[in-house]
Amino acid sequence: MTTAPGATPTIVLVGHGMVGQRFLEALAERGLTATHRVVVLCEEPRPAYDRVALTSYFSGRTPEDLSLTDGEFITLHGIELCLGDPAQTIDREARKVTARSGQVFEYDVLVLATGSYPFVPPVPGKDAVGCFVYRTIEDLLAIEEYAKTKASTGAVVGGGLLGLEAAGALKGLGLTSHIVEFAPRLMPVQVDEGGGAALLRTIEEMGLSVHTGVGTQEIVTDASGAVTGMKLSDGSELATDLVVFSAGVRPRDQLARDCGLTVGERGGITVDEQCRTVSDPHVFAIGECALASDGRVYGLVAPGYEQAETAAATIAADETEQLAFTGADLSTKLKLLGVDVASFGDAHGTTEDCLDVVYSDSRAGLYKKLVIGRDGTLLGGILVGDAEAYGTLRALTGSVPPISPESLVLPAGAGSGAQLGPSALPDEAVICSCHNVSKGTIRGAVTEHSCTTVPEVKKCTKAGTGCGSCVKVLGQLVNAELEANGVEVDKGLCGCFSQTREELYEIVLALRITSHRDLLDRYGREDARGGDGCETCKPAVGSIIASLAPTIGASGYVLDGEQAALQDTNDHFLANLQKNGSYSVVPRIPGGEIAPEKLIVIGEIARDFGLYTKITGGQRIDMFGARVEQLPLIWARLVDAGFESGHAYGKALRTVKSCVGSTWCRYGVQDSVRMAIDLELRYRGLRSPHKLKSAVSGCQRECAEAQSKDFGVIATANGWNLYVGGNGGATPRHADLLAQDLSDAELVRLIDRFLMFYIRTADRLERTSVWLERIPGGLDHVRDVVVHDSLGICDELEQLMRAHVAHYRDEWAETVNDPEKLARFVSFVNAPDTPDPVVAFVPERDQIKPDLPLLSIGLRPADDALEGSAQR
Amino acid sequence: MTLALETTDLKVQLRLADGWFTACELSALVPGRGVAALLPDGRQVALFRDRADRLYAVDNRDPFTGAAVLSRGLTGTHRDRPFVSSPLLKQRFDLISGECLDDGAVRVAAYEVRTA
Ligand code: SRM
Ligand SMILES: Cc1cc2nc3c(=O)[nH]c(=O)nc-3n(C[C@H](O)[C@H](O)[C@H](O)COP(=O)(O)OP(=O)(O)OC[C@H]3O[C@@H](n4cnc5c(N)ncnc54)[C@H](O)[C@@H]3O)c2cc1C
Ligand code: SF4
Ligand code: FES
Repeated sequence: MTTAPGATPTIVLVGHGMVGQRFLEALAERGLTATHRVVVLCEEPRPAYDRVALTSYFSGRTPEDLSLTDGEFITLHGIELCLGDPAQTIDREARKVTARSGQVFEYDVLVLATGSYPFVPPVPGKDAVGCFVYRTIEDLLAIEEYAKTKASTGAVVGGGLLGLEAAGALKGLGLTSHIVEFAPRLMPVQVDEGGGAALLRTIEEMGLSVHTGVGTQEIVTDASGAVTGMKLSDGSELATDLVVFSAGVRPRDQLARDCGLTVGERGGITVDEQCRTVSDPHVFAIGECALASDGRVYGLVAPGYEQAETAAATIAADETEQLAFTGADLSTKLKLLGVDVASFGDAHGTTEDCLDVVYSDSRAGLYKKLVIGRDGTLLGGILVGDAEAYGTLRALTGSVPPISPESLVLPAGAGSGAQLGPSALPDEAVICSCHNVSKGTIRGAVTEHSCTTVPEVKKCTKAGTGCGSCVKVLGQLVNAELEANGVEVDKGLCGCFSQTREELYEIVLALRITSHRDLLDRYGREDARGGDGCETCKPAVGSIIASLAPTIGASGYVLDGEQAALQDTNDHFLANLQKNGSYSVVPRIPGGEIAPEKLIVIGEIARDFGLYTKITGGQRIDMFGARVEQLPLIWARLVDAGFESGHAYGKALRTVKSCVGSTWCRYGVQDSVRMAIDLELRYRGLRSPHKLKSAVSGCQRECAEAQSKDFGVIATANGWNLYVGGNGGATPRHADLLAQDLSDAELVRLIDRFLMFYIRTADRLERTSVWLERIPGGLDHVRDVVVHDSLGICDELEQLMRAHVAHYRDEWAETVNDPEKLARFVSFVNAPDTPDPVVAFVPERDQIKPDLPLLSIGLRPADDALEGSAQR
Repeated sequence: MTLALETTDLKVQLRLADGWFTACELSALVPGRGVAALLPDGRQVALFRDRADRLYAVDNRDPFTGAAVLSRGLTGTHRDRPFVSSPLLKQRFDLISGECLDDGAVRVAAYEVRTA
C-alpha cells in the first residue's frame, strides 16, 4: 500500500520522543502544519512523554501525567500520528519510508528523531530474566512488576546520573540496592574527585551500597534462567535478583546507516548547523540521534529542543529567523535522590590557564568548585550537597561575576558568604536552559505582558516548564521586576502584620505569645499597633495559638478569653453558618463508621429539632437549620449519646474517610477502617492553616480516594503507602507518594511530622497541595525534612504533636457543661428566649429549606437612626 | 419577651427617635466580638466594643444577603477606622458611619451609643 503525497508537501517525522514533540510544536507555531501533511511514526505505544521526569512515575505520577501532548494538539493540527508503528526502511531515492505495519509514506522532508538506546555491555548473561534497562515507561512498568513479585535486591550497573536515579527508584520499590561503577567515582562525567567523594558519602548514608572501580563481568543465573547475582572484576560476587543496566546511551542511527546516510565514527547521524544531514538535503536529524556540527552527540533535552527549533525554522525557510545549532551547554542537576548535585559549564576546568575555587566540608557532605578564567570570567563549576546557587551561577557562566567568586561558594553564615541575587545577572543571561529563555525575556513578560506571578510567566515564556531547576530564580526575578516597577510585593499577612504566617508562627512559638493583641502591639506594622487587627490576622493568629496551645501555655479551649474574639463566626459558635443565619451541626463519625444506635440518635435529634439532614461528601451526616439558641440543646443530646465535635467549622482536621478494607472486602490487604479511625482520633481538633482531610484505602483500588487528600494512606501487602498534598475542590491535585510500606508506627510518626511541618511553614488558607507546590524544593525538600530529618527538627515536630494529642478535649462537651460558655448562644442579648425571626423555613421533599423570599425582603433599615455613632 | 435586665452594672444604651434605649450590660460585650439586640419595633441592632472600650452600634442585617448576622462578624481597624466584616460574604462596614467599605452605594444604619 502506498499513501500518495497529493498536492500538499509531506513532512515525515520518525520518532515521537521529547525532541520529536518539540519539533511538531515548532512546526505548528510556524504555520507549517497548515501547509504540509505531517506524518509521525512512533515506535512506543504512547505519544511523547516527559522522559526527563520518568522516575517520578515511582513517586506517583501516572503515564498520563507524564504525557507531553494531548489528543487535541494532534487533531487540531491535522497531524497523522501512528502509534506503535516504527519506521523500518527508508528509500532515499524514491523518498519513501516504510513502517512496520506495511504502510508506505512518500516525503518531501524526512526528520529523524529516534533518540538513543541504552548501552548494555556485552557480558555473559546480560539477557537473563530479571535484567532491565531504564529508558521508557514500559521499562519502568516491567521493573516495578518484577521488583514486587520476584526480587528483594537490585543492582544498577553504572553510577552516572541515570544510574543513581535508577538506584534510588529500586530503593523506593523496597529493594536493597547496589550501584556498580567502573570509574573510580560516582557521576564521573559531571563531578571531579572531590565532588565524587562528597556524593559517595551522602549516597551511602541513604542506605545504598556503592561499588566503584569495579566492572561487571558476568550475570549469574539459576536453572530457570533468572538472575541470582553478578561476578565483578575484582573477583567478588554480588548476590542480586534484579539488574538494571545504565551504562550510557548510544544514538539510534541504524535506520540511517541502512539507507546510507553518513554517521560518525562513534555513532550519530552527521548533520550541519541547520540540522540537515550532510548526505541528503531532504533529511534532517535532531535530538539524541544526531551528531551535531561541533562533533558532539548531546544526551540532554535542552540541546535537542534547540535543534528541533533550528530544523523547523530551516524547513520553514524563514528569512527573518536564521537559526543555527552550533553547540550547547551540558549543565545538569540531579533530582530524586535527595542529594543536590549540579555541574555546569566547564566543570572539569579544561580551559587553558583556568583557576579553581573550592570549598569542601566532608562532614556535611558539601563540595563546591568554581572554575574561573584568568580574567575572572566564571567558566563552570560543580556543586554537591547544596545546589542553591545553581540557577544563578549557571546564568552567570561566561561573564565576570559582580562579587568575588570565593564568596559565592562559601555557605551562608560562614563569614563572608554572600548571596548573589538574580538582579546581578545581565539581560542576556539564560535563566531557563531547557527552553533557552533569557533574563530579558522574563523581565519583558512582567513589564510588557503584565504577568505578575510565576505561573503566568511560565505560561507566557515557557521558562520553568522543563526540568524545573530554574523556577526558584524565576520567582526571584519576577518579584524583583515587580518591585522595580513600583508594584509593591508585600508578603505580609495583612494590613496589620508585615510578617508572613510562617514568621508569625516562629515568633509565637519562640516567645510563647498567647495573645493577638500582644503580638500586634509588639510586632505589628507601625500604624496597626494599638488597633484591633482585622478579619484576616485575627483568625490566623488565633489558629497559630490554638495549634501551639499546650506548648506555649495558652488555653486549649478556642473560646477562652481573648481567643473568643479571634475566631470566625463558625468557630465562635462551633457550628457552620448558613446563608439565612442558621447553623449546621456535624458530629464526628470517625472513619465513617457508625453503629445503628448512633444513627438512630441522629435521626431522633434531627426530627425533634426539625433539622434538614444530608449525608456529606466527607462520609458523615450534616444537620442544617439550627438557630444559635438551639445549638447547646442539640449538642447536649449528642454529647450524651457519645458524639463529639466534628470540627466541620474549623480550619482543622475534618474527616478521615475509609473504605471497608480487609475486614469485609475480598481485595483488602489491611484494616483500613481501623487505621482511619485511629488517625481521625489522633488528629481531631488539630488547628491548621487550612482544613485537613484524609482517607485510608484498603488496597490499590483506592475506594476511599486517598490520593485526593492532604494526607492519604493506601494499604499494601507490607504496610501502608503515604501520599501527601492531594486536593479536591476547584484545583484538584493528585497526592504525591511520600513513603512506602510503612508499619503502623512509622506511618503515624511520619504523618505527625508532616502535619506539624505544614502547620509551621504554610501560609494562611494554604492547603497542603498549594503549600507543596510553593515551598522551595517542593516534595523533595519536605521528604528531606520529615523523612531524613535534614533540618534536625523531627524530634520537635513529634513533640508538638504529642502535646496536641495529650491535651485534646472535646470543645462541645466543655461548652455544654459550662453555663458561662453557653451564654453566647442566644439570638438576642436582651431577649435570650426570642428566636431570630429572619430564620424561617419552608418545606421541600419532606424536609425544610431556608425561606429565601423572606430574606430578600428582609427588615428595612430604620430611617430614624442617627447618622454616625457617638463614642461613650 | 424581656427587654430590660435587672443589674447594677453599667448599661449600654443607644439613641432611638424617642430617647435612650438600654440594650444590655456592658459586661455582656467582649472586646472584639459583637452581640445582637432586639429593638422595641422588631428591628435588630449589632453592638460592638473595641479593645479601648469604645462602643459601636449598627443595624444587624447584612444588606448583601438579608440575613441578620452582622453582630457575628469579625471586627478590626483600618486606617484608624473601626469596621466589622460580614461573616457571610465578608464585606466590611465602617462601624462609625455604617458605610460599606467595599461598595460605596451600600450602607447600614449606625446608632449613637453610650454607657450609663
Ligand atoms: C457539607 C459539605 C457538602 C455536602 O453536603 O457534602 C461541604 C460544605 C461546604 N464546603 Fe466543602 N463540603 C463538603 C465536602 C467537601 C469535599 C469532599 C471531601 O471532603 O471528601 C471537598 C473536596 C475535597 C477537598 O477539600 O479537597 C470539598 C471542597 C471544598 C472547598 C474547596 C477546597 C479547595 O482546597 O479547593 C471549599 C472552599 C474552601 O474551603 O475554601 C469548601 C467549602 C465548604 C463550605 C465550608 C462553604 C461555606 O463556606 O459555606 C461548606 C460549608 C459546610 C457547612 O455549612 O456545613 N469545600 N468539600 C461536605 C462536608 C464534608 C464533611 O463531612 O465535613
Ligand atoms: C531516566 C532519564 C532521566 C533523564 N534526565 C534528564 C535530565 O535531567 N536532563 C536532561 O537534559 N536530559 C535527561 N534525560 C535525557 C532526555 O530524556 C533525552 O535527552 C531526551 O529524551 C532526548 O529526546 P529525543 O527525542 O532525542 O529522544 P527520545 O525521547 O528517546 O525519543 C526518541 C523516540 O524515537 C522512537 N524511535 C526510535 N526509533 C524509531 C523508529 N525507527 N521509528 C519510530 N520511532 C522510533 C523511540 O521509541 C523514542 O520514543 C534523561 C533520560 C532518562 C531516560
Ligand atoms: S480500596 Fe480495595 S479494600 Fe478498599 S473497598 Fe476498594 S477494593 Fe476493597
Ligand atoms: S532550566 Fe529546565 S525548566 Fe528551566
